[in-house]
Amino acid sequence: MKTKKDISESIRKVDSEEKISGRAPYTSDISVEGMLYAKTVRSPIARGVIKNVKLPDMPEGYYTVDASDIPSRNVVSMIYEDWPVFAEKEVNFIGEPIMLIVGPDKETVMNLADNVEIDYEEKNPVFDFSNSGVRLHFDKGDVVNAFERAAKTIEYEYETGYQEQAYIEPQGFVGYIEDGGYTLVGSIQCPYYVKNAVMDTMGEDEDKVRVIQAPVGGAFGGKEEFPSVTACQLAVALKKIQKPIKFIYEREEDMETTTKRHPSKTKMEAALDEHNNIIGMRSRIGLDGGAYIGLSGVVLSRGMLAVTNAYTIDNLDVHGDVFLTNTVPNGAFRGFGAPQMIFAIEMFIHHIAKDIGEDPYVFRKRHMVKQGDKTSTSGTFRDPIILDDMIQKAVEISNYHDKAKAYEDRDTYKGIGMSWFLHGCGFTGSGESDIIKANVKLRKDDEDNVHILVAAVDMGQGPKTTFRKLVADILDVPIEQVTFNYPDTRYVPDSGPTVASRTMMVVGGLLARAAKTLKEDWKEGEEQTVVKQYEQPDYVEWDQDTMRGDAYPAYSWGVNVVEVEVSKVTYEVTVTNAWSIYDLGKAIDERIVMGQADGGQAQGIAYGYLEVMNHENGKLKQKNMTDYIIPTSVDVPKMENHIMDNPYPLGPYGAKGVGELTLVGGAPAVALAIEQAIGRKVRKIPATPESIMELIDNG
Amino acid sequence: MAKVTFTLNGESITVDEPLNMRFLDILRMKLGLTGSKEGCGEGECGACAVLIDGQLVNSCLLPLGSVEGRNVMTIEGYRKTKRYKILEDAFIEEGAVQCGICTPGMVMASESLLNQNPKPSEKEIRIALAGNLCRCTGYEMIFKAVKRAAKEGEGLW
Repeated sequence: MKTKKDISESIRKVDSEEKISGRAPYTSDISVEGMLYAKTVRSPIARGVIKNVKLPDMPEGYYTVDASDIPSRNVVSMIYEDWPVFAEKEVNFIGEPIMLIVGPDKETVMNLADNVEIDYEEKNPVFDFSNSGVRLHFDKGDVVNAFERAAKTIEYEYETGYQEQAYIEPQGFVGYIEDGGYTLVGSIQCPYYVKNAVMDTMGEDEDKVRVIQAPVGGAFGGKEEFPSVTACQLAVALKKIQKPIKFIYEREEDMETTTKRHPSKTKMEAALDEHNNIIGMRSRIGLDGGAYIGLSGVVLSRGMLAVTNAYTIDNLDVHGDVFLTNTVPNGAFRGFGAPQMIFAIEMFIHHIAKDIGEDPYVFRKRHMVKQGDKTSTSGTFRDPIILDDMIQKAVEISNYHDKAKAYEDRDTYKGIGMSWFLHGCGFTGSGESDIIKANVKLRKDDEDNVHILVAAVDMGQGPKTTFRKLVADILDVPIEQVTFNYPDTRYVPDSGPTVASRTMMVVGGLLARAAKTLKEDWKEGEEQTVVKQYEQPDYVEWDQDTMRGDAYPAYSWGVNVVEVEVSKVTYEVTVTNAWSIYDLGKAIDERIVMGQADGGQAQGIAYGYLEVMNHENGKLKQKNMTDYIIPTSVDVPKMENHIMDNPYPLGPYGAKGVGELTLVGGAPAVALAIEQAIGRKVRKIPATPESIMELIDNG
Repeated sequence: MAKVTFTLNGESITVDEPLNMRFLDILRMKLGLTGSKEGCGEGECGACAVLIDGQLVNSCLLPLGSVEGRNVMTIEGYRKTKRYKILEDAFIEEGAVQCGICTPGMVMASESLLNQNPKPSEKEIRIALAGNLCRCTGYEMIFKAVKRAAKEGEGLW
């Protein structure tokens, strides 16, 4: 008898061969007969009013495309609608797009773009956290009472910097006119975000806009909402010029003008009773939204919900603001507000423990969440929580306690830090049922080949493989009998964006249901189609206005341990080792999950100590791979990762979310390790040699 | 414009283009060889790496004129070799490919390393790949892939 393999057992990824061999057609590899090139003309000032535009002599066949060419609305439709397709009168950040220059010779296009002269009336830009664009609040229990009866209160502030996604493939689209409509092929995470935004800007019906995903050379959130901006610009150009256009960013342009992780400032205040238990907490969170709100309100919301991380605190008062500044708009980046908050709370819990003279490990464990506890928003942690076992395992494989003790000797300049954390899977609150309403489709042709029709994007994280594996496994057919092509909105239903660690749990979950239906009803040699739509688990109750209830249907969990050595001379940090343990329900492919674990941690740890980006009067000081440093092969530590089985009843085979979980705990783990190595409290990341020197010099 | 003759993937070729044109643009735009990728355009990421007389070079920093008379190997030529097959298999088996945009360059860098050092240590692998950025994998599975290739392809390098 054939025994079926465990679903977690790894298979060869189905798209590796075309990528290794260089055959995979990424957006910039695509050529269309007679295509033109486009370049953006941008504002050189942070804030002002456009007074006059003087174009250079435009040779025949060269065009300008600006706000006056927009057929319908000059807004990029995303969750919040304030981001213009092209600046019309006002400019609000350095690099804001004003027009495109389009034409046949790339170099001529570049030269023309450089020679557009624009006069501005400059206005005073805003860079501080004074102009709130979004304000959110929620509470739990009775925080006033908690602070009234507190034996003591402790307060700290935490700060995080920018982080740039630094996908290796810059943003880009190729667009052409097809049957009187607009077809856009691009490097994107969310085909339907792009499609809906373009329909809105162009005032076109659904059948006139077609969006196709090309292989995506990295995204990490950076290709969530931003491509909607360039897609709308490109569609306007296509309408005006009626010729195919290639619109690819160069690295500097990409880094200077696209969305990044929000810099943040968080104030935390805890009330402790006479037994040193935290009985209440007040938090005030500020995110730098940049010039337009875009997705920032949603980022803020996810951040705020993570305010207590994996700790139970009964009385809470949480305020958050997105502050508008005259800088590049910030947006989605793997973790989506949670990395800032998990850094703040993990450091805060340690700092409280240190201030009251208690072992942080013991103090933290005492406050750790248990199954049945209330979440920060008064929902319930319903599913089994195995964090205790995970911490135990992390402690064993890293030899945490012995090292933590040995490194108390400051002369070693070594440190070890441990973070533990959760990440909510899928959209926040009722987003999946009210906003996204995901649909998936399975089609079986008359040769019994099964085609997966969903809008989920493989940007490296593996759904091209894992979805086929999942469906084939349920149908009990060879994986070769199941296809999953790059999504094309002409054929695939809107299964929602490829974000929020929802792809396997939500879209995969729907596919699993569709496959079960198809299997039950399988008619050999006949065409069959099965469609499934998302249904909210009936236990989930969420009130968006008060931010109260179950913010997520399920949570994934993680433990990160990081070991560092700090140079006594230069204060440079070497990350020597990293260990991690994850509970993501059930791995649909263990090696693919391990790949997420390695890569997510590399990004998360680097966020804490290595990746520096800042601006001076609105001008980013880092604009390419030479001055924005991401980890190279010699920077990454030796990593050891483990995954635990803790199947979630409503996920496919028990799977929950993975992608973001692996990033969110890296920064506090490395910051805590550095804190130990230098014997100073770290309250700001990245913990660069300069900031370490300041901490040491200032005692 | 000037005529430049060189060997490309085993065959002699002459192109007539400006001498200072970036060799990456010659490959991608003039010859249609899009396996070499542009990640940064400033020699930092290695996605455009090719072999010139066996040496790893970032083609985005290379003017056309400097390849005159030289032997150029890109991923399109290399993928026809036995060594490539070993590396391809190792990259797939170890899960070393995520988004894939860095991978052709990473493979060229691995070939360059194994050609000079058929049995590299992990430290040597790390140093050899330090000019090729990968944002997805954290490199761990790439190190394993190169080790696996060195073992499986013993005698080929």
